[in-house]
Amino acid sequence: MIRVVLPAHLRTLARVDGEVKLDVEGPATLASVLDALEARYPMLRGTIRDHVTRQRRAFLRFFACEQDLSHEPPDTPLPDPIVSGAEPFLIVGAMAGG
Amino acid sequence: MSAVRVLVGTRKGAFVMTSDGKRERWDVSGPHFAGWEIYHLKGSPADPNRLYASQSSGWFGQIIQRSDDGGKTWHQPGTPAGEPTTTPEGMPKGESNKFVYDTSPETGKPLTTHQWYDGTPHPWEFKRVWHLEPSLTDPDTVYAGVEDAGLFRSTDGGQMWQELPGLRGHGSGRSWAPGAGGMCLHTIILDPSDPNRIFIAISAAGTFRTDDGGKTWRPINRGLHSLYIPNPTAEVGHCVHRIAMHRSRPGVLFMQKHWDVMRSDDAGESWREISGNLPSDFGFPIDVHPHEPDTIYVVPIKSDSEHYPPDGKLRVYRSRTGGNEWEPLTKGLPQSHCYVNVLRDAMAVDSLDPCGVYFGTTGGQVYASATAGDSWTPIVRDLPSVVSVEVQTLP
Repeated sequence: MIRVVLPAHLRTLARVDGEVKLDVEGPATLASVLDALEARYPMLRGTIRDHVTRQRRAFLRFFACEQDLSHEPPDTPLPDPIVSGAEPFLIVGAMAGG
Repeated sequence: MSAVRVLVGTRKGAFVMTSDGKRERWDVSGPHFAGWEIYHLKGSPADPNRLYASQSSGWFGQIIQRSDDGGKTWHQPGTPAGEPTTTPEGMPKGESNKFVYDTSPETGKPLTTHQWYDGTPHPWEFKRVWHLEPSLTDPDTVYAGVEDAGLFRSTDGGQMWQELPGLRGHGSGRSWAPGAGGMCLHTIILDPSDPNRIFIAISAAGTFRTDDGGKTWRPINRGLHSLYIPNPTAEVGHCVHRIAMHRSRPGVLFMQKHWDVMRSDDAGESWREISGNLPSDFGFPIDVHPHEPDTIYVVPIKSDSEHYPPDGKLRVYRSRTGGNEWEPLTKGLPQSHCYVNVLRDAMAVDSLDPCGVYFGTTGGQVYASATAGDSWTPIVRDLPSVVSVEVQTLP
């Protein structure tokens, strides 16, 4: 079971409170976690990755165990504490404001 | 008794305002989709409870929202939470925010680039939906004008979208260029007398028309004169801000261009200027009185770099002669120190008698006139910057 923390606006779209908990088939990678997230919450398709290119949207970043995985390839395995559910996988909106 | 519902899109959410036919007391709901940019929301003429909204964000991209109960509840078409994402046959369910330009060899050619601000070629990149135009007859059919400029259509209530590629690929696409707000398709007018005729407008390309339901298109900009482009009378390249039509007279079009207010009496084949005595012929919205086809409204703005009313006075101008002779409408509007703008989709008219006129400002005010513009009162004063205003007249 993998825990995912979404930005507030995506929690609103997905109609969830707090963390999302996902069962991921096979190895837990960046891509497989995002695939599982979008399968469970189809309204999030296109909001994190482009529909066609599957590229991360420019103003979003991915963190796991204090590591920035935003620029890692999609098949990057996630750290063990993420896979075990000890730590959450973070999807973070780039800072904006003043 | 009749009622009206005003649909307001702002930089930070949508608001729905309702009143009875007197239009004196208002119930305001919102913000819906709080924190998101709502470029446009509009109701179906065939089913007033069916509303569509364009919700977007620089972080999360485009979302399409739909209401089937007049704005009380909303959902993303085709993507219900907790349900399978594919049909029993294995086909993906709707992806209502998937706007992909047609690149197929059969229908998407010739593919082109458009011009970037510096004149270099630039590929088409989808950014957002600027305008949603529901069909006049079918609540499930809706058109979307998008940035970078293209026209999409959904025939299943917003679940799936297909581009009408004949517009982007008709030949002049290479010379289209973005205006300051982006290269947006912002106006879609469906001809009530001919279901195959659609008018659209793009900043900065101009106005286009199809007579075959969207398969083929041609520019209709003869008579436009724009000093800010290399060839002031070019076939395309004009920064058209908005066009409007009265449904009883679909061959007559009114246009607010970057500069100049224009009129066509031949469905866009030719245009002539009707700016007349306006204090400035720069502006964004233009609209037509619902019962008087020659009564039109504009909001003059000082200039292309000074996006506020001349002399700090917020004035709607009305012509009752189809242009050239304009009168200022000021009662109830601020006449000093007012430096707001009124954007292209932020004015609308209801169809009561006397008709109501509504507009929203970048300062967050939404003004209503229940007297065809003779006097104005604010429905609200302190919303986020208003991007769009539409109104529905309800039985």
